[in-house]
Amino acid sequence: MKDMQEGYTTADGRKIGGVVMEMKNITLRFGGVVAIKDISFDIRQGEIRAIIGPNGAGKSSMLNVISGFYVPSEGEVWYRGAKRPKMRPYEIAQQGIARTFQNIALFEGMSVLDNVMTGRLGHMKSGLIAQALWKGKAEAEEVANREVAERVIDFLEIQHIRKTPVGRLPYGLKKRVELARALAAEPKLLLLDEPMAGMNVEEKEDMSRFILDVNDEFGTTITLIEHDMGVVMDLSDRVVVMDYGKKIGDGTPDEVRNNQAVIDAYLGVASD
Amino acid sequence: MPDQFLFAVEVFINGLMSGVLYALVALGFVLIYKASGIFNYAQGVMALFAAMTLVGIMDGQVPFSHIINSVFGTNLHHFGWHVPALLAILLTAGVMVLFAWLVQRLVMRHLVGQEPIILFMATIGLAYFLEGVSDLMWGSEIKKLDIGLPQGGSLWIEDMTAGLGGDNFYGFFIDNLDMVATVVAALLVTGLVLFSQYTKQGRAMRAVADDHQAALSVGISLNFIWVLVWSVAGFVALVAGIMWGTKSGVQFSLSLIALKALPVLMLGGFTSIPGAIVGGLIIGVGEKMFEFAIGPMVGGATENWFAYVLALLFLVFRPQGLFGEKIIERV
Amino acid sequence: MFYRESGDFKTSYEQDSQTFPIKFDRYRYYAVLAIAFLVVPFVINDYWANAILLPFLIYAIAAIGLNILVGYAGQVSLGTGGFMAVGAYACYKFMTMMPEVSMFVHVLLAGGMTAIVCVAFGLPSLRIKGFYLAVATLAAQFFLVWLFNRVPWFYNYSASGQISAPERDVFGILITGPNAPAWATYMFSLIFLTFCALIARNLTRGTLGRSWMAIRDMDIAAEIIGVNPMKAKLTAFGVSGFFIGISGALFFSVYLGAVEVGEAFGITKSFLVLFMVIIGGLGSIFGSFAGAAFLVLLPVVLKVVGVDVLGWPTDIVAHFQLVIVGALIIVFLIMEPHGLAQLWRVAKEKLRLWPFPH
Repeated sequence: MKDMQEGYTTADGRKIGGVVMEMKNITLRFGGVVAIKDISFDIRQGEIRAIIGPNGAGKSSMLNVISGFYVPSEGEVWYRGAKRPKMRPYEIAQQGIARTFQNIALFEGMSVLDNVMTGRLGHMKSGLIAQALWKGKAEAEEVANREVAERVIDFLEIQHIRKTPVGRLPYGLKKRVELARALAAEPKLLLLDEPMAGMNVEEKEDMSRFILDVNDEFGTTITLIEHDMGVVMDLSDRVVVMDYGKKIGDGTPDEVRNNQAVIDAYLGVASD
Repeated sequence: MPDQFLFAVEVFINGLMSGVLYALVALGFVLIYKASGIFNYAQGVMALFAAMTLVGIMDGQVPFSHIINSVFGTNLHHFGWHVPALLAILLTAGVMVLFAWLVQRLVMRHLVGQEPIILFMATIGLAYFLEGVSDLMWGSEIKKLDIGLPQGGSLWIEDMTAGLGGDNFYGFFIDNLDMVATVVAALLVTGLVLFSQYTKQGRAMRAVADDHQAALSVGISLNFIWVLVWSVAGFVALVAGIMWGTKSGVQFSLSLIALKALPVLMLGGFTSIPGAIVGGLIIGVGEKMFEFAIGPMVGGATENWFAYVLALLFLVFRPQGLFGEKIIERV
Repeated sequence: MFYRESGDFKTSYEQDSQTFPIKFDRYRYYAVLAIAFLVVPFVINDYWANAILLPFLIYAIAAIGLNILVGYAGQVSLGTGGFMAVGAYACYKFMTMMPEVSMFVHVLLAGGMTAIVCVAFGLPSLRIKGFYLAVATLAAQFFLVWLFNRVPWFYNYSASGQISAPERDVFGILITGPNAPAWATYMFSLIFLTFCALIARNLTRGTLGRSWMAIRDMDIAAEIIGVNPMKAKLTAFGVSGFFIGISGALFFSVYLGAVEVGEAFGITKSFLVLFMVIIGGLGSIFGSFAGAAFLVLLPVVLKVVGVDVLGWPTDIVAHFQLVIVGALIIVFLIMEPHGLAQLWRVAKEKLRLWPFPH
């Protein structure tokens, strides 16, 4: 591990900091199936890190390991300089890791605003009695957090659907609401699982702009999985390439593009 | 051998026998659940309805006579004929098929794609509805059902085993009816297995159970299969209704055996026919033995809750049941 | 014409998250409260109190409680009857152990006791879901009823095995016992209903409500985005148990006066309250009121129509009631899974645009 502590400077001149999260020799098995095999990589402060690979390469499993939904069979997850102990997923979320899901996992019975507000749950501490009384502490807290949620809603330009039940929204907007919910948590690390899957070109452009803006304005570290190679190469600072559960490449988009193993496994058959 | 031990053995055997009856009810649940993912709470009321219909047909009762009399001031009650048991059973089976078709047509077809819990609650509604209908149709008084099955303790077994214990032991008391029920249940399960293995409809049924979409895509009519499944479940309900009805009379409490079947299913898993049988036996034996050993110390009637608490504790440690597959959660 | 939100601008988030954001609703709500508290007590008589108003108020509390569990947190429970029994027996024990304390305290303590029991029986929900859990709650139902039936301490060793409410008062006004005036029992129950509805409303619009609904809509995702499932589920069981316990305590002490546990709190009670919640609307406080009102009124109306007008025997009417309730449940689940509350919302939506819907 060279330059463990210092960061680097990207091509467009952003300063990338030290290591936020480090995956050390992660292996994940389901019964006899090996989904991830001995993979190590790191995620640095302020960068946009992509994980790519063909279908079934184990990308989503990797994201699930990072967000704590799967516990790796072997290997260690290091987050902000400490080894992650055995934790429940919600505790990991409260450490500042937020995510979106490949197949949108919004709360369909709730309005957009309530969905976004669920992202704030980790920041709201008032107790049962205070909430039952409402006036006073609970209301003040609600208003304070509502302001944060509203900022995110403004930022992602979904003000007009604030009170709409999520179940009624079209796919593209749902994806955006999901991003809003994750952002409302003010995460230190944001995980995006195929944020642009199933979108048309315009929606993809919008989403790319939001991702860059989030990274730029809030300095949020982002890790994303994406199929659209063009988007990945444009957005990300560094890319991990997976194939059949193994890591076959890691580096800047240019390095990855020229990596022979990657070309063989993936880019060689990509249509763009 | 000490008498206490022999009594325990007797309780054990009787527990097995009542377990068979539980399994019989549970079987109806499993059939519908496997094929359509519906947890059919109405299964017990279906057994009640089937038994009432059977009695009504055998005695030549006029359906809805009570209400007709109240509205028109008539005095109808019986047609005045008696239908032989076998014919009556066939007619009742026909009624159950008609019921299955109506349920599919009027209820389940409109609920396709709803969450399982909504479907479950719909079948609770169905249970109330059917209970009301059967009361209106045949009257709510307790009826005697006798289709000629042997009843009472088996003297033969009592005589054979009397020599095992001391003077206080008179041999095992085992109800003839329970033994018949065991044989019938075995035949029924064998029949169902043969049906689902070797007939076209049976294979289609299993295909639907496996994957609705895939079954549709190879040209299986879901509607037909569901009617078929509900009919088969109706038939199973009829058999269960006959057994329980002969044992303790046809009355409202018959529908409550459905509640007893629920813990059986929780133990055995909702999708496994062997699971339903093993679960039924465990519950049957367990509650009888518990009542025998612990019941007197805590005031008795532990059968009311033992099955549920057992199932609850069991589930906490093994949420998928005895034979269910391990649940892998995904996002 | 009056039902408008235009011109009714919200300038703060407090105003936006208030209970009745539309002015007309707010005034109507005050009007209903005023009538309930200031008019009804003066015109009430025994028939109205015992046949309609008391059961409505008390079932509404139970329905709110169950709705929190089923409608908001998505944990289906068939143990409501058993939990109401806990409330009733706890209330009875407190009433006989501490006769000098106000009835308010007894009922609240009974609620608290039920909350604890409910949380204990809610523990399996951390491992099991859906109708596995529904069946598991049956264990609570049957076990609790058995317990109160078989352990004489709970009914103070009375010969009949029943419990009957001794006379207790609040500020010198009799609340329980056969001599309690109708208006007093009505007011007492009304105060509790208002109290419970307000708490329920506050809890469901805030943090806790959102974590309940998140668990209901997608429990795995909820945990991954930071909802503590244990806390969410157990608070739902606790709050729900609190309300159901209060309702059970009132049902016994104020409404029936004497109770045989298997009869009053059997499995049919669990289903009755569940039906109120379904018909009224899952996940709606208003729906709990509507469902309770509907199922309390239905038998009364059927009896009036069937027995008094048509002259049918009572058993036929009772059977018809089963048929109608069963059919209604199915119809509601097919046509309007959100219950009466949704019909009401749709009607309001139309009214908001009336008379110019385009």
